[in-house]
Amino acid sequence: MSNSFEVPANYKKWTIGLIAAGIIALLYGLIALHPFEHAGHGTGNVSSTRFWAVLLQNSVFWLLLVNTSMFFIGFTTLAMGGWQVALRRVPEAISSVVPVLGIITFVILMSIVWGGRTDIFHWLDKDAVAADKILNGKKGFLNPVFFTVWSAITIFLWWFIGQKMRALSLQSDQAGPMDYETGKTWVNKNILWASFFIVFFGLTVGSTIPWLWIMSIDAHWYSTMFSWYTFASSFVAGMSLIALFIVFLKNRGQLEYVTDEHLHDIGKFMFAFSIFWTYLWFSQYMLIWYANIPEETGYFKIRVQGPYKGIFFLNLVLNFVCPLLIFMKKSPKRNWTLVTFMAVLIIFGHWIDFWQMVMPGTLGEHAELMPFEFGIAALFIGIIMWRVGIYFSKYPLTAKNHPFLKESMIHHT
Amino acid sequence: MAGGIKKFVVGCFEDEAVLFPAVKNVRRAGYKIHDVYTPFPVHGLDHAMGIRETSLHTAGFIYGITGTTTALTCISWIFTKDWPLNIGGKPHFALPAWIPITFELTVLFAAVGMVLTFCYLCQLSPFVKKHHFHPRATDDLFVMAIECTDRTNDSEVQAFLQNAGATEVNVQHAETGWWIGRYDKEQKLYADVEKGY
Repeated sequence: MSNSFEVPANYKKWTIGLIAAGIIALLYGLIALHPFEHAGHGTGNVSSTRFWAVLLQNSVFWLLLVNTSMFFIGFTTLAMGGWQVALRRVPEAISSVVPVLGIITFVILMSIVWGGRTDIFHWLDKDAVAADKILNGKKGFLNPVFFTVWSAITIFLWWFIGQKMRALSLQSDQAGPMDYETGKTWVNKNILWASFFIVFFGLTVGSTIPWLWIMSIDAHWYSTMFSWYTFASSFVAGMSLIALFIVFLKNRGQLEYVTDEHLHDIGKFMFAFSIFWTYLWFSQYMLIWYANIPEETGYFKIRVQGPYKGIFFLNLVLNFVCPLLIFMKKSPKRNWTLVTFMAVLIIFGHWIDFWQMVMPGTLGEHAELMPFEFGIAALFIGIIMWRVGIYFSKYPLTAKNHPFLKESMIHHT
Repeated sequence: MAGGIKKFVVGCFEDEAVLFPAVKNVRRAGYKIHDVYTPFPVHGLDHAMGIRETSLHTAGFIYGITGTTTALTCISWIFTKDWPLNIGGKPHFALPAWIPITFELTVLFAAVGMVLTFCYLCQLSPFVKKHHFHPRATDDLFVMAIECTDRTNDSEVQAFLQNAGATEVNVQHAETGWWIGRYDKEQKLYADVEKGY
């Protein structure tokens, strides 16, 4: 059983295929959707708005998704968890996509903000902000300069701290087996950087970033739960992606120490955080439904009673009912085929979730789920596969010198 | 009650690392393990002893959906048929408002039901007494009780256990079921005067 990975031809074919499909979709968008023609808020050039809204949805979704891999490493490190060591290189590889997707997302966000896309972010319109009491009150937070600076710092630190964590892990491959003292210092270093990451993750994904990047589309509306809801969405999808790569590698006979027990635990995360997502989704919905204050209900009016009704309930079926009923028992979480199926379902479900976060506020009733939308998603999936493949082929698949490896090998749920 | 008095060969182990191979060997030799008493939950011991998976979670699921059904039927009957009230202009059938209570009742039914079922399965209850094979089983000793039949040669079993690494081996005639009342004096916990602990 080999500890190194060679990108198989089939994998390469799919990567190139997906990226090619994505580029075709992007070119179609650039030519047919006239992205650089201007459109005012709520009216005008719908196809131009669609181009930017789809790019925004996909870039933010896939960036937050891959970033949760480092969060997974972070909290398992802080909890002194040992069970995940056998599969730790998988989330590491996924988190190595953060800089690439981060730059793409940053470019898209900057084009929207500095291109004055008031159709996406209403608060970019200076006259509207001056005339509007609510928007005027949010001016200190929702303005292009703060948006730019905070987004830049955020993406940089996600990359930088993640890079530190990955470097520490790779450094353990070089040094050979550690004795007690070296291992202790090494684990402590990991804990230090992991805690930096967790704190910063809480400040960004846990609060400000989803407010800035997504919630500010509906600039009048606000929900303090929104960031947690977004986080739960991206985290459960991130765990599903980890599960997919584990199944892929295990099918090729690699990751020798990973067993049913490890997959079972990943499955538990997918199940538990699906419930957690529902909890947040429902708490946000119920409070607004019950209080029935016009400035808040506007957000749900279009989703529950408007053109998004189908998607709104599909979202709940895909992300709550299916995981609850299919993943409740122990055996499905240890069934590799079912875990694969559920992982794909959950990732798709939360992609839809992000879609219904972005589209109603930007496109209103003109949103579409056409090859263009799926093509752009394919582009991002292709990029993730490409970068993860590179990371796998460059470094050993199991961190054999991790002090907790034994604990992971004998892991038993 | 219930069980009747049976004869057991009891072996005590100091270390779980010795216990695991011992359990395996005892089962391979064909002896019937009555139970293994450990001071803390030992991962994988149930698999080693060949105990089937518990169906406690199936019971929990049934209790849970009972709670869900109870809550939903109860609230919907009260608020739509029995005593409809206008609360904040909401419809009488106000499902979102009922979800928290439905959730709570689901959890309550599942939790209480599972605890009671667990106690029933383990035959635990206040005032109920069961035989202790060794007082140190609750402290730092792993105690394996092997059930004897008419044809079991108990000195052979004792030798077998000693070979498997047991530090203390003895034969006990013990009540297998539960009773209400007191422990006999010589079974009194933490008061083994002879050994001083």
